[in-house]
Amino acid sequence: MFRIDFNKLRFLVCDDNPHMRRILRTLLHSFGAREVYEAEDGATALEMYSHYVPDIVITDWSMPIFDGLELAQMIRQPESKGNPYAPIIMLTGHSEKRRVTVARDAGVTEFLAKPISAKGLYQRILNVVANPRPFIKTKIYFGPDRRRNTSNAYIGPERRVGGEAEVMQQPSLLDKARSST
Amino acid sequence: MAKDKPPAALQIKAFADHHVITQPNPLRKVLRRVPESDLDDPVARAEKALAGLSGEFKNWMAIEADRLSAAHAAILRDGFTDATREELFRAAHDIKGDAATFGYPSASAAAESLCRIIEHAPDLDAVPSNLIAHHINAIQAIVHDNTKLDTVSIANELSQQLRGVADEYLAYANRDRPEHLEAILAPSLVPGE
Repeated sequence: MFRIDFNKLRFLVCDDNPHMRRILRTLLHSFGAREVYEAEDGATALEMYSHYVPDIVITDWSMPIFDGLELAQMIRQPESKGNPYAPIIMLTGHSEKRRVTVARDAGVTEFLAKPISAKGLYQRILNVVANPRPFIKTKIYFGPDRRRNTSNAYIGPERRVGGEAEVMQQPSLLDKARSST
Repeated sequence: MAKDKPPAALQIKAFADHHVITQPNPLRKVLRRVPESDLDDPVARAEKALAGLSGEFKNWMAIEADRLSAAHAAILRDGFTDATREELFRAAHDIKGDAATFGYPSASAAAESLCRIIEHAPDLDAVPSNLIAHHINAIQAIVHDNTKLDTVSIANELSQQLRGVADEYLAYANRDRPEHLEAILAPSLVPGE
């Protein structure tokens, strides 16, 4: 059985609703987290993301200035100086299938529909810590692999084409970002 | 902090139309193996902390409901503009997401129904004003008379009735808009706990 040392993790929480931020802060501190930074809009969250380099981002969807979806898209810039790989957990009142798909396509790692529960939040955090997915970069997408499972029953076109071409070792973008500061 | 660990190199596999990028798990070291007999339960601890916060929920819910009423008053005064529509939706959406956590699941259901109207009505000015007003009034009643209403499931009945009327209106108003009709009729689909 595994436990997470929450006191070694740095969180960025972004929600325009102060009550929800208080609940999230309470839950994360109860899990054992010490470093929980809070933003009330996407623009502030992006600034704090660059400044504090959090390990995990938890964001609402609907927010002023720019929303959680845009925040995810801005974090998931493969050429950015910051870390484009941090896990993003979208915590939102939206619960329609279409919304889940849109969030996934913006590079969100996990989706958690409100109402929030301690168990649901813990499980999403455990998942991003223990089971990180590889990242996929295409012309139109950069983010966690959207294929969580291999389905032998899948019927349809293969949307990723081409055999394996080569393997390149590169320094981490995160490493480059930190060495440049 | 996990961030202080030296980041590992990326491994990039290049394919014809995509790259697969992997790196050793940067958060692996925050995982700790514990014996099955370990009694520490962080979820139970968090639930207890949340319960400790619950004394504030009634006040928070009243603030959220008043914000919704203020947004509705602005619409009655100024009509539907981008700003007034956005504020009404945001206030209803927050209640949809928060109210169940605060102990008002029926308010959450009524707020969800209102969100669907705002999101899917082809013309908000054409929505019967009573339909929106009834949602606002129901949420206010559920929040302010919670002890009288929610415990006897009248609130649940009320929110279900509102949802039924709203869905009937939306289905009719969107009869020629299949993409909205599909969204209205589709079940909520999110990863379970």
